[in-house]
Amino acid sequence: MSEVVARLDGITKSFLGVPVLRGVDLELRAGEVHALMGENGAGKSTLLKVLAGVHRPDSGRILLGGNEVSFATPRDAQAAGIAIIHQELNLLPHRTVAENVFLGREPVRRGQVDRRAMVAETRRLLDWLGEDGIDPEAGVVRLPVAQRQVVEIVKALSADARVLAMDEPTAALADHEVELLYDLVARLRDRGMAILYVSHRMREVFDLSQRITVLKDGAFVTCSPTEELTSDQLVRHMVGRPLDALYPERPTEPGEVRISLRDAGNDRVRDLTFDVRAGEIVGLAGLQGSGRSAIARAIWGVEPFTAGVLERDGEPVRIPNPRTAVRKGIGYVTEDRKGEGLALRQSVRDNALLVRRAALRGQAARRASDLAALLKSVNVVAQGPHQEVRYLSGGNQQKVVLGKWLAVRPNVLIVDEPTRGIDVGAKQAVYQLLRDLAADGMAILMISSELPELIGMSDRILVMHEGAIAGALPAGASEEAVMGLATGHGIGEVA
Amino acid sequence: MSVVQEKVSVVRRAAPQGRRFVLTPTVTVYLALVALLVVGSVLVGLKGGVLLDEGGILNILTRSTVLGLVAVGQTMAIVTGSLDLSVAYLIGLCSLVAAETMAGDTSMIAPAVVLVLVVAASVGLVNGLVITVLKANAFIATLGVALILRGYLEHNYTGPAGSVPRAFQHLGYDRIGPIPAATLLMLLIAAGVWWYLRRTRTGYHMYAVGGDIEVARLSGVRTSRTIVTAHVLCSLMAGLAGIFLASRLGSGAPYVGMDAGYDLESIAAVVLGGTVLAGGRGGVVGTIGGVLILSTLDTVFDDLAVDPFFKNVVRGVVLIIAVALYARSKGNGRTS
Ligand SMILES: Nc1ncnc2c1ncn2[C@@H]1O[C@H](COP(=O)(O)OP(=O)(O)OP(=O)(O)O)[C@@H](O)[C@H]1O
Ligand SMILES: [Mg+2]
Repeated sequence: MSEVVARLDGITKSFLGVPVLRGVDLELRAGEVHALMGENGAGKSTLLKVLAGVHRPDSGRILLGGNEVSFATPRDAQAAGIAIIHQELNLLPHRTVAENVFLGREPVRRGQVDRRAMVAETRRLLDWLGEDGIDPEAGVVRLPVAQRQVVEIVKALSADARVLAMDEPTAALADHEVELLYDLVARLRDRGMAILYVSHRMREVFDLSQRITVLKDGAFVTCSPTEELTSDQLVRHMVGRPLDALYPERPTEPGEVRISLRDAGNDRVRDLTFDVRAGEIVGLAGLQGSGRSAIARAIWGVEPFTAGVLERDGEPVRIPNPRTAVRKGIGYVTEDRKGEGLALRQSVRDNALLVRRAALRGQAARRASDLAALLKSVNVVAQGPHQEVRYLSGGNQQKVVLGKWLAVRPNVLIVDEPTRGIDVGAKQAVYQLLRDLAADGMAILMISSELPELIGMSDRILVMHEGAIAGALPAGASEEAVMGLATGHGIGEVA
Repeated sequence: MSVVQEKVSVVRRAAPQGRRFVLTPTVTVYLALVALLVVGSVLVGLKGGVLLDEGGILNILTRSTVLGLVAVGQTMAIVTGSLDLSVAYLIGLCSLVAAETMAGDTSMIAPAVVLVLVVAASVGLVNGLVITVLKANAFIATLGVALILRGYLEHNYTGPAGSVPRAFQHLGYDRIGPIPAATLLMLLIAAGVWWYLRRTRTGYHMYAVGGDIEVARLSGVRTSRTIVTAHVLCSLMAGLAGIFLASRLGSGAPYVGMDAGYDLESIAAVVLGGTVLAGGRGGVVGTIGGVLILSTLDTVFDDLAVDPFFKNVVRGVVLIIAVALYARSKGNGRTS
């Protein structure tokens, strides 16, 4: 068995008296990917932050190569060879790629930062990753999310780390980018790096890891070699009970047309013609940039349609801005929760009621009596409704975004990557919730990069390719069929 | 081999996407300065005067010298995501320390300068520590320090005190052609600060801390040390301004900084120069542009004998327009 590079021993940590980690043990070995699993709020990110020197443990020991260490700051952890890719992206948008990669460790030559060396080294690492399309001197603000993730990885690599901890690195990536990341993680592992990998995607964890540790409510549950676990067992460890079928049954008959597009388009999408009926979940598939989110943004009035007709309940309407969309009963759960979905410094309560207060009037706008029920319906785990959203675990933030829209009871709901960063148990709850909402007469348009989820949930799937609809598939279509259309080939022909 | 070459060519193609001419705030501020000089010259000309004669240029540059020193220091504080409201009283204090230590004695010039710098640096250190250790908001922390300085000055001084030797007044009055020597000195220092912000590690870290202190911290930047450094340097610049004013006035004056409103004026110049008040973006070059605009405005108003009320209205309008323009021009659109 390979050498133990780092060991966490009985780590405990409380925030304001609330225990978040209760005696967690973890061993990271050279050349091994160790997956860390657990429900939202189980304490995974907190454990990583202890390892990263962000939080000091209340008790317990950190051992590196057999010696006990104690980190007062992230800088100490970095110096000890620990690199972390945090759950939220950690880059300065207005600095260049190279400046971000070397932040805090800028090479100095004759009293000046050696820009040339920085750029050269960044370029070398980007090349090595096969990501030579990224200009080391470009501002990060100009890069799409996936490329920012690459920059984060380069940043971790450039630190010459022996231990790399990644907190849901694929949450923001599209399928083909996930493949690249797999490849990369495997290569790093084979070079002897010890990797700690947090993810909610089962498939990923089984593909990549050699060992899995499960946390529940901050406590260590089990650690075992990946090959000795089945995914059912893993789920049972995480959730504490076996799960029923992940995807709920599809109902029978959809109702009347809620929203209808006729040859609609703008400069990102074109020739869109489709209906979404009450009681129906329509899935939108496609590669990153194929125009899925652009449709959502157009319907919701962020970048409105400039051509064609948009009908709401059979009436042609114009939706020039999001406010009008909300008034017309359309809700939109965005994919970028930190940027667009949440006011991070406000409480769970304020966030959950934000849309209701903004969009409704009078008594209805002030209503808060159903808050508890609302938060429960989306399974938010928080210390209470007054906790600031930024202290919530990533998955729970996502649930608050969902709750915020349900608070105004829209009858058309667009959900963009609704389960990103959500644990299996909560995923099932979200699926059930969406199905129940549909059964109540809501029309739902769902965008997702996770094909199994899209196929499992949709009554119909529209596949986008380069801004237009490449084809429509019935419920239960195969992944090959979807990918075939999405990549511009015929149904089922994947290159 | 061929694979490597292919990669290199790909990189080449990806890298320089043509430096198009962009209307950055820095460019905008200098264009605005030129426009102001033209319009000002015409207006003053209509009244039968000349804006940019030797006296006019001298006037603009002299005004710019003190404000320039203070604003360049303020730029470091603001880039780091902080700000300093204590500079105005600090300038008064430093002018007094300089003049009283010299007390007309040429041999005391050097010790006086050193003493002023020590006093200024200490005040900056206090500002920085109150912000980082006591975790006070920068606005409140530096306002508090300003009030303390004010209390000290009011208790101990009623008017000018001390005197500088004649030799020291060269600093305030010597010229090279129409350009005051002190202005050149100020520009030299500004160039030094430009280099510091753009080329040294601490400078990089100031941008990082101002951009997102959490990201900076997680990346291993010593955030507290960076903030303290910014405040010490900012106060040192105010100290230099105090020395210069002592040289010009011949003595120390407790309220010379406050009467000219160098606290808010310096912040206005920085923001006018395109530095974002929240920190992380901007720089010294823009600040100097902002300083020149403010001094030119003042000189034009003096030449036109405009009433001071109207003068402030115009400055206010200019500031608001500038900030609104930057908010639009910057890449704050979506990127995806
Ligand atoms: N700085 C903080 N102050 C107070 N509470 C915190 C803080 N950071 C985390 N918590 C709480 O600690 C618990 C664990 O959070 P953590 O982020 O570690 O969960 P997680 O396992 O990473 O979940 P997810 O899968 O959703 O990312 C949560 O209940 C969260 O609210
Ligand atoms: Mg987490």
